[in-house]
Parts: sequence; C-alpha cells; structure tokens
Amino acid sequence: MKPDLILQVGAKFLFPFILVFALYVQFHGDYGPGGGFQAGVISAAMLILYTITYGLPAAQRAVPPRLVELMIPVGVLIFAGTGVVPMLLGDNYLAYYALMEHPQHAQEWGVLIVEIGVLLAVAGTMIAIFYAFSGRSR
Amino acid sequence: MTEALITMVLLTLMAAVTVGIIRMRNLFGIVILSGIYSFLMASVMMLLDAVDVAMTEASVGAGISTVLLLTVLYLTRSREMVPVHQPVIPLFLAIGVAVMLIYGSMDLPPFGAAATPVNQSAVSTYYLQRSIPDTGIPNVVTSVLASYRGFDTLGEVTVVFIAGIGVLTLLRGRRKKHAVDTGTGKNGKRKSP
Repeated sequence: MKPDLILQVGAKFLFPFILVFALYVQFHGDYGPGGGFQAGVISAAMLILYTITYGLPAAQRAVPPRLVELMIPVGVLIFAGTGVVPMLLGDNYLAYYALMEHPQHAQEWGVLIVEIGVLLAVAGTMIAIFYAFSGRSR
Repeated sequence: MTEALITMVLLTLMAAVTVGIIRMRNLFGIVILSGIYSFLMASVMMLLDAVDVAMTEASVGAGISTVLLLTVLYLTRSREMVPVHQPVIPLFLAIGVAVMLIYGSMDLPPFGAAATPVNQSAVSTYYLQRSIPDTGIPNVVTSVLASYRGFDTLGEVTVVFIAGIGVLTLLRGRRKKHAVDTGTGKNGKRKSP
C-alpha cells in the first residue's frame, strides 16, 4: 500500500489535537469524564492513524516496538508500586492517605500516579497488538 | 420526550445494523457495521448520562477494535464461508435464549428510572455523598475506580497486561521462527512497507 500525500498532509494537522485531547482526558479525569484507560486508547489511536498514513516503518521509527513493550509492564509496576508505598509508610495497600499530610491532596496524587500507570499499560498494549498484527504480511 | 424519541431511533438503527451483520457475508462490511453498532451504543450511553462508558465504548469499540479487526482481515480472506448444513439446533437454542432474556427483562425497572435499587442502595449513596469529603474528586466514577476500588482496577490493568503479552507471545513467536528459517533479519522479513 503506497502512502497518499493528501492523506499525509491532512492527517498531520490532526495528530497534535488528538494527543492534546488524550492528555486532557488523562489529567482532567478527576473533574470530567475520562481517565487513564480512555486516554491510553486515544493516544494509541493517534499512533494507529500515523501508521495508516505514513506506513509501519515510519511509525516504528517514531515509537520503537521495544519502547512500546516496555510501557506495558512499567505501567502495571507504577500502579502496583503506588500501592506498596503506603504499606512501607505503615498503612494498607493502595491507601493513598499515607502519601501526604493533607488527606485530599494525598488522594488526588495517588489517583494521578495510578492513572499514569493505567495510561502506559493500556496505550502500550494497544500499540503492541497493532504492531504485532500489522507487522505480519500474508 | 425528545430524549425518548432519540433513544428509540438509536435502538431501531442498532437493530437494523444487527440484521445487516447477520445477513452480510462480506467480512469487511461486517467490521464496519460493528464499528457503527459500537458508535450507536456509545450514543445511547451518552443519553443515559454514562459519559465515561460512552467514551470507552466509542474509543475501544468503534475505534481500536475496528482497526484491529481490519488488520486481521488483511491476513485472512474477506468473505465468510457459507455454512455447509442448515444449523437447526443452534437456531432453536438462540430462540430459546432470546425468549428467556426477554422474559427476564420484564422484571427490570423502567428505562432511565431514578428510583432503582441500585441507585438507592447504601453503597451508591455512600460514594455519592463521601466522594468530595474523602478524596476531593468531583467525578465519582474516577474516585471509585482509582481510589475506593483501586485494587479492582489494578486487577483490570493486570488483565490488559496479560492479554497484551499473550497476543505478543503468540504473534511474535511465529515471526521469529520464520525469520530463522529464511535466514533474514527482522527488517529483511517485511516485504510490503
């Protein structure tokens, strides 16, 4: 499949907006709809659009498969590790209150870090599966 | 009133799309139709004020899974085989399950009703009242998912992780063996960029 110039130029305008929207969904999840899962899927969709318009080699130069495969376990480890920190501070697993003095700030920070873990794991999984499928020729 | 009308139109369209999926033999069309189905479902979720679910349905159901199915379609045939025999027993099974489901749905509370057992239970009342004092997070969905039920979400992320490495192990293992057979490297294997 030969990449199309018009599609490439047209899609180029969309990438920053999709990525900013994904970050908005990620960090505004406390106040509006969204969160790590949705943001991960949206950012993966951006890379898929890039792959469709620019081809798989270009996409894998921008986001190497090794990085994508690293994102999946790192995301899970961030989530699980955030749970361990309160345990070391003498509270229960995933009890964010131990993270900080102010209880609401502690909760908000805990949720923020955990959501970043979800983002990495989900985006990494989606992109990795897409790479694995599209890397196979018939 | 308008909301009920829009819901009816959406549900009718969903039924039409389902009939289309059943009758169609072209897999490409079926993938696109299932994407449309997910999008209609997301619109229904919007009408039910379940914005988080609608967003997930639109991005996962209509977005990612459509793209993944299309890439799978590239590797397989794009036409569904005609069944070799008349599936009579599955037909009766499907009708039986449908009758049971419709009978079960008779006991459901009216569509969009506020006074349901789920809405009035002690658990949901607790979350709705305590979310801001406890966590300072106005979106109760987020505070339940990431804080009150954080351990459940950790389990979900682990499921995503396991699914990801499962697919990668299945697909990558084959490619590596093939690359050894032909004696070409990782880049030499890819024929069509």
